[in-house]
Amino acid sequence: MTRKKRRLILIGASVGVLAVATALVLGALRDSIVFFNSPTDVAEKSVSPGTRIRIGGLVKPGSLERGDNLHVRFAVTDGKTDISVHYHGIVPDLFREGQGVVAEGKLEPGGTLAADTVLAKHDERYMPREVVDALKKAGRWQEDEGKISR
Amino acid sequence: MIPELGHYALVLALGLGLIQSAAPVSAARGGDSVLMRVASSTALMQFAFVALSFLALTFCYVTSDFSVATVFENSHSQMPLIYKITSVWGNHEGSMLLWVLILSLFGALVAAFGSNLPATLKTHVLAVQSWIACAFYLFILLTSNPFLRLAPAPFEGRDLNPILQDPGLAIHPPLLYLGYVGFSIAFSFAIAALIEGRIDAAWARWVRPWTLAAWVFLTLGIAMGSYWAYYTLGWGGFWFWDPVENASLMPWLAGTALLHSAVVMEKRNALKIWTILLAILTFSLSLVGTFLVRSGVLTSVHTFATDPTRGVFILAILVLFIGGGLTLFAWRASTLKQGGLFAPISREGALVFNNLFLTTACLTVFVGTLYPLALEAVTDEKISVGAPFFNLTFGPLFVALMFVIPFGPLLAWKRGDLLGVAQRLMTAFVIGITAVAVTFAIKGSHSILTPFGVGLALFVMFGALTDLVERTGLFRLPFATVRQRATGLPRSTWGTAIAHFGVAVSMLGIICAGTWGTERIIAVKPAQTVSLSGYEFFFDGLVQRPGPNYNALVATFTVRSAGVPVGIMEPSKRSFSARGMTTNEAALMSRGLGQLYLSLGDSNNDGSIAVRIYYKPMVLLIWLGAVVMMLGGALSLSDRRLRVGAPKPAAKSALAPAE
Repeated sequence: MTRKKRRLILIGASVGVLAVATALVLGALRDSIVFFNSPTDVAEKSVSPGTRIRIGGLVKPGSLERGDNLHVRFAVTDGKTDISVHYHGIVPDLFREGQGVVAEGKLEPGGTLAADTVLAKHDERYMPREVVDALKKAGRWQEDEGKISR
Repeated sequence: MIPELGHYALVLALGLGLIQSAAPVSAARGGDSVLMRVASSTALMQFAFVALSFLALTFCYVTSDFSVATVFENSHSQMPLIYKITSVWGNHEGSMLLWVLILSLFGALVAAFGSNLPATLKTHVLAVQSWIACAFYLFILLTSNPFLRLAPAPFEGRDLNPILQDPGLAIHPPLLYLGYVGFSIAFSFAIAALIEGRIDAAWARWVRPWTLAAWVFLTLGIAMGSYWAYYTLGWGGFWFWDPVENASLMPWLAGTALLHSAVVMEKRNALKIWTILLAILTFSLSLVGTFLVRSGVLTSVHTFATDPTRGVFILAILVLFIGGGLTLFAWRASTLKQGGLFAPISREGALVFNNLFLTTACLTVFVGTLYPLALEAVTDEKISVGAPFFNLTFGPLFVALMFVIPFGPLLAWKRGDLLGVAQRLMTAFVIGITAVAVTFAIKGSHSILTPFGVGLALFVMFGALTDLVERTGLFRLPFATVRQRATGLPRSTWGTAIAHFGVAVSMLGIICAGTWGTERIIAVKPAQTVSLSGYEFFFDGLVQRPGPNYNALVATFTVRSAGVPVGIMEPSKRSFSARGMTTNEAALMSRGLGQLYLSLGDSNNDGSIAVRIYYKPMVLLIWLGAVVMMLGGALSLSDRRLRVGAPKPAAKSALAPAE
């Protein structure tokens, strides 16, 4: 086997593997990523039902209802718009009314989010960044509040 | 007084670092051996001063000196001693100090044990090591001073984040840093080689033990972090494809590739330029990891505080070293003597294949981790890339890699006989196929991929054993000869087989726990029984139990298997008054290699409490596999050929046959 041929095989194999990887990455990026929205975004962008999304905001005070068998309903608000969420399972320890929350799931017709994941902040000292951004967008974020986190 | 001493010691370390950065390089140019020797002394002294600084900070924590800001922020007088010590690195400032402590430790080790290195190479390596160290000393002193004082001193601290009040904090970060930072040596060697414009097989022989040592620590560190997340987060998951986890996985993948390519370079004097590039990339990924975790671009348990100046500073370090390293590579790589090419079907070829897949897999992780950040910076659109992405991209690449693992060690150098190897692997292959059939028959076909995964894992395990069986002549030769051969076998051969076996063990654990794990989420009342996978959990009730600095709500469950009590499980929730936080303490019970897992949710008004119950078969294999991998690495590290270093540089290449 000549030097040239060996080099060609090496380069060919590398290009082949990279091409496969690129195809995998592009395919996965199309199908398996989830966009993050604030409640206002969901309302304004008219996200189509059945789409998987992530929303962030505060758990609206007074909206939390605990049903039987670990069914939970609550509304996520950015101060402007509310989105109602239902979830079956155990909510995180720091999940409380008036606190930041991120929920991921499928948007149902009628604009309710069927969440399969609910995340709350895991430290008293800060909010999930996505929540902060959502609140900032809606103009409901005060820097002082953020200062508490330091 | 003590904090100021620590601060001062760190400044002195910086001073020494600056000398070490500059003087020896100019000395090496002029061939001044006396000045060159300065580097060794300064490297040792740097370590001494950083260690002093670290001890000073530890002293502040142990004595609960709340006049020091970081101690006030992260400690509490009532914490147990172990957490007082571990909270030294349970925060941004302290963990950066641990980072430089380990960096200077590695520098000192090169100085102490590098006596067989050529003087100029050693000087250059120590200088580069010192450049990195200086950048991080400056970072600590300018943006993250752990010794900052508060006046007046508060009476009580704000407590360590309760999630971090766990023995895991004592082990996970130091191990991980030993791995991360250990790769700096490979980086320094690569840069030194580029500066000198000379590189040979001996270079690889010096670099390999350092890389291997770092790899061993990183493997264990990642496994430990995974186990910690598993039992502490209460989700029963062991890997979340969280950006911070990926930050540690990327250097591991690149480091694993580096280990393998260094073998080719050492044995066959080929893949030289690629190895240099990998050495640079591996440490670059460690730096990227440090940036991701420490800069605050991500929010996670690992991000202790966010301060924009820190992010910018680390980014500057990142750009300087990665950009500088790659620029130097682009400029100097062409001056290095090219290594030989080789036949595709050979040990070298297999190792190239390994490198190709490891680096590509690393690339997919890189894309998945950084794409959301890049997209947000450019379009302001926020996305989350989670497990599905990585399963679709990283998964197939890793499976392909697994399939060729058994072939590598069996192929001969230079020109291998693929057909012959395939024949020798027949036993392993038959075992694998049988496993596929058996799994399929017993467990059914609700996931077609699972039986193949199990078969693949067994193929890799027995493939690794095949190598050992053949070399020792087991089953063929009399026992005495076998024993003689086994002891005569190089430790690195044992190490290779064991490490490969470990990879398969981990894979088997991941597949089994992932596919056949069962879970139930249910609200239970006292005296109620829940059953899952043949186990019955009888809920005895809830009790309050005070701890040293928290109050625990403990749920007691009596576990029965087929009516026979097998033990008591007590998941609890701890509430820490200092921070008004609760943490979830899952209860684990090992049953063979599987585990039962209980974690608590909220208690309801009707006296019931939500509980997650998992049964995870074979789950322990995931971490046992990592430990086996680590043992393989450690065994290989103890190989005499590696330890003795490289007594005869480049003598062999003259004898290498023409291509």
